[in-house]
Amino acid sequence: MYAEFGNYLLVFALFMSIALSVFPLAGTFLNKMPLVFSARPLSILLFSSLLGSFVCLAYAFVIDDFTIAYVAQHSNSLLPSRYKVAAVWGAHEGSFLLWTLIFSGWLLSIALVGKNLPAKSYARVLSVMGMIGCGFVSFLLFTSNPFERTLPFFPIDGSDLNPLLQDFGLIIHPPLLYMGYVGFAVSFAFAISALIEGEWNATWARWARPWTTAAWAFLTVGVALGSWWAYYELGWGGWWFWDPSENASLIPWLSGTALMHSLAVTDKRDSFKGWTLALSLSTFSLSLLGTFLIRSGVLTSVHSFTNDPERGRFILIFMMIVVFSALVLFIFRSSKVKTRANFSLVSKDMFLLANNILLIIACFIVLYGTLYPLIAAFFDRKMSVGAPWFNMLFPIPSVAIFILLGVGPLLNWKKHDIRKLASALIKIAIISVVVSLLSVWLLGDFYWWVLGGLALALWVGLTSFYHLGNVTQHAKGLKNKLAKLKAATIGMVVAHVGVAVLLVGVVLTSYYSVEKDVRLASGESQTIGQYRFEMVKVEELRVENYQSSMATFSVYKNDNFLVNLYPEKRFYLAGKQVMTEADIDAGLFRDLYVALGEALDNSGEVWSVRLYVKPFVRWIWLGALLMGVGGGIALADKRYRKLKFKEAKIDIPNRESGSVDSSSELDLSDDVAVKQ
Amino acid sequence: MPMKPQRKKRLTAILASITGVAIVVGLVLYAGEQQVNLFITPTEVVAGKAPKNQTFRIGGLVKEGSVRRSETSLLTEFTVTDKVADIYVTYDKIMPDLFREGQGVVAMGKMNTEGIFIASSVLAKHDEEYKAPEVLDALERAGHPVDKNESNKKGE
Repeated sequence: MYAEFGNYLLVFALFMSIALSVFPLAGTFLNKMPLVFSARPLSILLFSSLLGSFVCLAYAFVIDDFTIAYVAQHSNSLLPSRYKVAAVWGAHEGSFLLWTLIFSGWLLSIALVGKNLPAKSYARVLSVMGMIGCGFVSFLLFTSNPFERTLPFFPIDGSDLNPLLQDFGLIIHPPLLYMGYVGFAVSFAFAISALIEGEWNATWARWARPWTTAAWAFLTVGVALGSWWAYYELGWGGWWFWDPSENASLIPWLSGTALMHSLAVTDKRDSFKGWTLALSLSTFSLSLLGTFLIRSGVLTSVHSFTNDPERGRFILIFMMIVVFSALVLFIFRSSKVKTRANFSLVSKDMFLLANNILLIIACFIVLYGTLYPLIAAFFDRKMSVGAPWFNMLFPIPSVAIFILLGVGPLLNWKKHDIRKLASALIKIAIISVVVSLLSVWLLGDFYWWVLGGLALALWVGLTSFYHLGNVTQHAKGLKNKLAKLKAATIGMVVAHVGVAVLLVGVVLTSYYSVEKDVRLASGESQTIGQYRFEMVKVEELRVENYQSSMATFSVYKNDNFLVNLYPEKRFYLAGKQVMTEADIDAGLFRDLYVALGEALDNSGEVWSVRLYVKPFVRWIWLGALLMGVGGGIALADKRYRKLKFKEAKIDIPNRESGSVDSSSELDLSDDVAVKQ
Repeated sequence: MPMKPQRKKRLTAILASITGVAIVVGLVLYAGEQQVNLFITPTEVVAGKAPKNQTFRIGGLVKEGSVRRSETSLLTEFTVTDKVADIYVTYDKIMPDLFREGQGVVAMGKMNTEGIFIASSVLAKHDEEYKAPEVLDALERAGHPVDKNESNKKGE
């Protein structure tokens, strides 16, 4: 019964989203205030019905209802119960339901928090969100319904969740990632609403900013978690493979990072407006493109969702409608958005412009590399673009970004006399280069990229702290200094230090990791640098829902016992799948990583074994985490919470009289622009 | 509205930088072409279409009875076939979990002078029933198409 109930709730959600896309928006055109005010209850209903539907599906998993096809395919009665809940989003249908639920969560937050927006703008934003929601819910209902039954011949037991997914990573990675992906829908809806309205000013930007920052912070942490998960779960020991599924998240991340910085300019300086609008539109469009690429199966990746051309077609058409209408609106309406650009070559504005151009170049490189095999296929050439291609091109814009990142935050808006900064910057540059030269000398092998990477990381880190010192230089005592700092500044510095930490991790892991595939029998050992890995024994175990060959490795550092590691080769009984479970001794400065390959003889005593020593690999995720935390801190800034809309004053009497001439609003915006 | 000279100057600067960036991006992508890996079927390799001294990918089935393992190292030798031509492959790292005789495989590497393919990576898909599109394509081009619905059906 509850499965049907979940299904009905989805249908109900579809009607709610249609109503939400039509009524409030129509209300703003027809000046019918009751319609305008319907936005809030409709948003609440849409969220509640999707939440109900999600709970129904989760319940089906918990009670092992194998009459539901989706449950039967992705769960099993032997599955540990924590994974039964996470299995809801373990495959396409359920994960898209989670995606849609999270989307409606963002929608609900705007509906609840956005009451200080002018009534009509509020209605417009929610209507645009409703349209996107309408696309998502119909995609669920018509191509990916998780509630389809297997009746009358339902299986006695489910065919099990892919063992790769039976992991803590599944519980947290998709929800956080989706928070980021669909979070960009908010700035998209703001941009569309502003284009319809014909007004996009600094107040709007200030409103859209925390939403974008929040989405960005979630996406950052989500991507980092994906990388961490792939590192320990796939058994290859890499942290980034340039796999299409990773690129699909990196592309909107890069565009979103550009958007976040461009919004800062629009907020503070009331310029870059058209550019910010374009980025808002493209970031969410790129999120959708990523979804299309991964879920349609046009690109082969580690995320092998079922290939279903119908789903691919649906998302493609949906994406085209979104992109096309955004583009048309932008072309015809963005001329209403007046921008004044007035800044000199050395100014925060200029550096943020350069940041944006470089991030877009980086975004374009990843996009191009990801789509290249598809483009080539049109010309009947089969090819793949692998890590070497990305590793050659991606660092080029990145290096430029890191160099500018050191200077940008220190500059004033509009104009800065570089001579005031020159001596400090030169000192920091010299310290960075000297310290990184020393570090490379200590590390042994010399690589230009390590020298450059470390110097850049130090440059970014030191200039960030210098900035902190600068802001607080007039305050006396630590307490006063801290009081002087705004949350936004602290957030920015933390995020930028995160960039530096990540960069250290990337260069050191890439150049100093030692990886060895060896053949080992029980009792034999292999030495890597100061570490000696001894394979003590391999045992057969039966655990929960799998059979395991578990090896015991004793690791010695300079002949002193350090730790025992227990890598496993698992055979999952329900799905008859083989899984490599690596074991890792994690440390801030190095990871020791052991994974079993396969048994090389029938006795099960000789195995192919993968051994890694990975210095500083944790810094990669630590850095990304700091970036996400920085975003979170910036959200706490007071200025976002005491937003006052001057338009609100104009709207309130209209709300009572029930008549607004929309052209007068446009006139107003032109007036403002002329005055400027 | 006539353009102010200052605005005009700025516009020229912006246009110039965009052109500059476009040229750089174009050149960089052109250079990047060398890092792209072509996909070539065993038949095409035998016909001499494989690039010299460049990494490329081959795909096909692991020939039944062709897998031989070294007694002392991880070196594995096997034959990749598209049922028309055979390519002899060596690989000295850990094989993927799903590597099996008769199964689809995609190997990346270079041809040595003796016509042996020295693989630097070997991929077998995670899902047992799934064959990589490259493998299907190789078989198809060699005149042994596999019914795609048959082999790509998953979770049905």
